[in-house]
Amino acid sequence: MSILLVADHDNSELKDTTLKAMAAAQALGGDVDVLVAGEGASAVAEAAGNINGVRKVLHAESSALGHGIAEAFEALITPMMDGYEAVMFVANTTGKNAAPRIAAKLDVTPISDIIAVEGQKTFKRPIYAGNAIETIETSDSKLVITVRPTAFEAVATDGSASVETIDAPGGDYKTEFVSEAIEDSDRPELTAAKVVVSGGRALGSEENFQIIENLADKLGAAVGASRAAVDAGYAPNDYQVGQTGKVVAPELYIAIGISGAIQHLAGMKDSKIIVAINKDGEAPIFQVADYGLVADLFKAVPELEAAL
Amino acid sequence: MKILVPVKRVIDYNVKARVKPDHSGVDLNNVKMSINPFCEIAVEEAVRLKEAGKATEVVVVSIGVQQTQETLRTALAIGADRAILLQSDDDLEPLAVAKVLKAVIAEENPDMVIMGKQAIDGDNNATGQMLAALLDWPQATFASKLELVDGGAHVTREVDGGLQTVKVSLPAIVTTDLRLNEPRYASLPNIMKARSKPMATKAVGEYGLDLAPRLSVKSVTEPPKRTAGEIVESASELVEKLKTAGVLS
Repeated sequence: MSILLVADHDNSELKDTTLKAMAAAQALGGDVDVLVAGEGASAVAEAAGNINGVRKVLHAESSALGHGIAEAFEALITPMMDGYEAVMFVANTTGKNAAPRIAAKLDVTPISDIIAVEGQKTFKRPIYAGNAIETIETSDSKLVITVRPTAFEAVATDGSASVETIDAPGGDYKTEFVSEAIEDSDRPELTAAKVVVSGGRALGSEENFQIIENLADKLGAAVGASRAAVDAGYAPNDYQVGQTGKVVAPELYIAIGISGAIQHLAGMKDSKIIVAINKDGEAPIFQVADYGLVADLFKAVPELEAAL
Repeated sequence: MKILVPVKRVIDYNVKARVKPDHSGVDLNNVKMSINPFCEIAVEEAVRLKEAGKATEVVVVSIGVQQTQETLRTALAIGADRAILLQSDDDLEPLAVAKVLKAVIAEENPDMVIMGKQAIDGDNNATGQMLAALLDWPQATFASKLELVDGGAHVTREVDGGLQTVKVSLPAIVTTDLRLNEPRYASLPNIMKARSKPMATKAVGEYGLDLAPRLSVKSVTEPPKRTAGEIVESASELVEKLKTAGVLS
C-alpha cells in the first residue's frame, strides 16, 4: 500500500504526534510519504525526513495551508490521492477539519480516530465517549484515516529521507484567516506530556486555577482541565481533556477537583497512572484512579507541592 | 437569511452506553434518547440569530426512525420554525448523511447551515466537513463564536493551540463546539407551541441516492476496564507511592 501521512506541526516544529501516526501507517504497511503542508515550514520538512521508514517528504507551502484552512488541504491532497491508497492525519483539530473534506471529495467514508490497525481494511476506534470500541472494516478503495496518537508508540527519528518541494494550489478560497490567539507556553504539549495536572470545577475561579499551574510547573507537567472548568472560564479551551477536547495518555495524570464525568474519563483513562484528589469520596473519578486522596484540594495541593 | 440546522437523535448525554453481550453494537433498547448536545447548541445559535433579526427562518432537519420526531419537536420548542423528518431505519454513515443533506439544501436553499461538530454516539466529527466538500462551500468547524459581517461570517474556532478566527463567505457550513452558547430550557408554552409547528415527513429513499454503507462493524467490545486503586491518607504518602511506582523522581 502507498500511504500519504500528513505531518502535524505548528510551522516551526514537527510534533511528536506525527511519529505516533507514523507507527499506525507502518502497521498498515507499505511505502509512506510524509506531507508537510504549511507556511515557512522548511525546518519541519527537514525534521520529517528523519522519521524512520519514510520514503520521501513532500513539502508544500502556502499561507492557507499554514493556517490549516480545510479547503486548501482539500485542493492540495485530493488530486495527490491518484498516487496513494491511503491518507492519514493525526486526529487533532487540523486533521479533523481537513480529513472528512477530502474523504467526501473521494467519495469515501472517513475512519476517525483509530486506536489500532487490525488489517489493511480493518481498524479499531472508540465510540460513545470511549465506552465502546468498534472494529470496522471498510470497503472503500481509498482510505482516509485520522489517528489517535496516544494509542501508538512513536517511531524513531534516525531516518534520512529526501525532501521534495511540491506546488500548493493557488486557490481562491472561501475561507479567509482573520486572527488567532494561540497560547504561547513553555510547558510541554498537553497531548505529548509525560505528566498532566488537570483541574476541575472545584477550583472555583480563574485565580484559584493558578494552584494547578503552579503544581504543573513544579512537576514539569502540562496543564489540563475538565469541561466544567473551561465552561466556567477558569481555564482556556485548549486545556480541555475529554470526549470532545484533547485525549491524553501520560505516564501520570493528576485530576484535582474533577468529579470524573464519562466525557472527561474518555479523554484520560488510558493514562498509565491516575491520581485523583477530591473532597467527595464518592466521586466517580476514584473508580478509575490508581491512587486517591480524599481531601480539600486547597489544603492537599500545597501539601503535595511541599512534599515533592 | 435562512438557516438550516441538521440534528441527530442520540443516546442521552447522561446515559452510559452499554455494549450488547453478543458484541454486535451498543444496546439502545429502553435507553433514554435525546437531541445530540452539539446539535442543540446549533439550534440555539440559529434561533438567537433569528431573535436578533439577522435570520428570517430556521429550518431543522433530521434523518432517522419515526421517533426522531421528538428530537425535531425539541428543536422546534427551542424556537425553530419548521422541521423536516427524513425517515430511515438505517444508521447512515457521515458520507450518506452528507449526501442526503446536500439534496435537502438543493430544495431549501439556506444561506447557512449550522450543525453539531460531532454526534456523541459515533464520535466521527465528519458530517459537516463532508457536506461542505460536496457543496463546495466553506466550512468553519468547532465554532465558539459566530458573528455575521458584511459578505459573510466571522467564526472563532476552538483549535489545539487556542482560538482561531476565520471569515467565511456565505453560504457556509458552521459546526458548533461546546462554548458557542448555552442552550435554553424550552418553556412549557413553547413546548406546546412546537406541537403545532409544521413538520414535513418523507422517506430518505425518495432522493434516489446511493447511501450504501462503506463500513461494516465486525464487533463492538467494552474498553479495557480500569479498577479503583487505593486511597492514600496524605499528600506525602501519595508522593511516596508515586516514587515507588516510578512516575516521580
